Amino acid sequence: MRRLMIRLTAVIAVCGLAAWQLSSPKSLPEAALADLVGDADAGEQVFHAAGCASCHAAPEARGDDKLVLVGGMRFASPFGTFIAPNISSDPIHGIGGWSKTDLANAMLYGTSPTGQHYYPAFPYGSYVRMKLRRDGLQDLANLHAFMQTLPASETPSQPHEVGFPFNIRRGLGLWKRVFLDDYWVASMPLESAPLQRGRYLVEALGHCGECHTPRNPVGAPINAQWLAGAANPSGEGRIPAINALDWSEKDIAYYLETGFTPDFDSAGGHMAAVVENLAKLPTSDRAAIAAYLAALP
Amino acid sequence: MRHLTLPVLDLALVASFTTVANSDTAANAAMLKAIEARQAQMQLYAFNLGQLGAMAKGEMPYDAGLASAAAGNLAQLSNLNGAAVWPMGSDIDSLGKDVTTALPAIWQSGSDVGAKAAALREAAAAMQTAAGESLEALQGAIGAVGASCGGCHKVYRQSDS
Repeated sequence: MRRLMIRLTAVIAVCGLAAWQLSSPKSLPEAALADLVGDADAGEQVFHAAGCASCHAAPEARGDDKLVLVGGMRFASPFGTFIAPNISSDPIHGIGGWSKTDLANAMLYGTSPTGQHYYPAFPYGSYVRMKLRRDGLQDLANLHAFMQTLPASETPSQPHEVGFPFNIRRGLGLWKRVFLDDYWVASMPLESAPLQRGRYLVEALGHCGECHTPRNPVGAPINAQWLAGAANPSGEGRIPAINALDWSEKDIAYYLETGFTPDFDSAGGHMAAVVENLAKLPTSDRAAIAAYLAALP
Repeated sequence: MRHLTLPVLDLALVASFTTVANSDTAANAAMLKAIEARQAQMQLYAFNLGQLGAMAKGEMPYDAGLASAAAGNLAQLSNLNGAAVWPMGSDIDSLGKDVTTALPAIWQSGSDVGAKAAALREAAAAMQTAAGESLEALQGAIGAVGASCGGCHKVYRQSDS
């Protein structure tokens, strides 16, 4: 009996250690971005393509106030309500003290500078694909440089309203390991440069799949139904499918610029905020997104 | 004549009976009419924007006269007094998404729906000036119109359903 207890204890200890190991946060090697010099002007485009302000600006922010990334927007989900944190350039309440590598680890792996896991309401499951493109790490350095130029806010971040067991962040390590796929989703060959750029904008920076791809019961994207439309996590309405649009590429690009559908209805909900961002990108980027969406099998 | 009149009379009787039985029905019918009217107004926006948009997209040759006319219609539509077609309670929570996708936030305290309408009037007025000028001016003005549509739809309309 005593021997059995010892064995059982040993098994539990080994399993615990394994779970601890498997749930440990990933990060880049310290030198990964060492040689890269960020260009703030180029970073502004990355900022808009990645949609940072759409979630991190104050809920009612207009115009230039959208560049004050004070946080506070609430995101209801089946797991609780996530509240966007302050990512302004304030060194204490924001991320002004972060290095390029800190920002890269947050965006690619959902790992904080102190080695904590972020919740996947922050779309690192998409941003991780930035690694797959030659300029991806440069884009991160540029974004870092741009974000340093934005105003600081001393408003503290609010804690997420998430109950047990989802409040155990360490468990997210296992979730990430099981569910995150850091390779491209679209399986078709993309030979042309615009199509590859489109894939990067849709699958990585623009994180379109975060809303337009359905999720499984534990909140992981079901990539077999890539961009096939999904329930709205807030519980109201549905997010439409964009994998089989019967719009022309020109229609899609025009929608992303102006918010007008081919019938001249206009984008609403969170998509209106996405259009505000995409309207600031070069025409060629909107055309690239449209080309990618039209090429989906 | 006789067989025509009777059913009509019957209908009138039934209608008046239900009105007495349920005084909500008349109010509800008035609300549905208001919703139909504002949805028709939205269709007129879309139709006139469609003309301007087709030119902006290069799907239709630019025609200064047609563009001016469409932009003029747009400006007039944006200046209609909307009070009667937006009665309080004509929202998705009260009437369901098959009737309207207007969110109750329109009528709640803190609503800036008036500012949204003003933004549309401003963008439509700018379009009215630009549309007859040149294709480039039209293309430059349509973004602001789209942004003002989206500005309101973002917060006051249930998206998709």
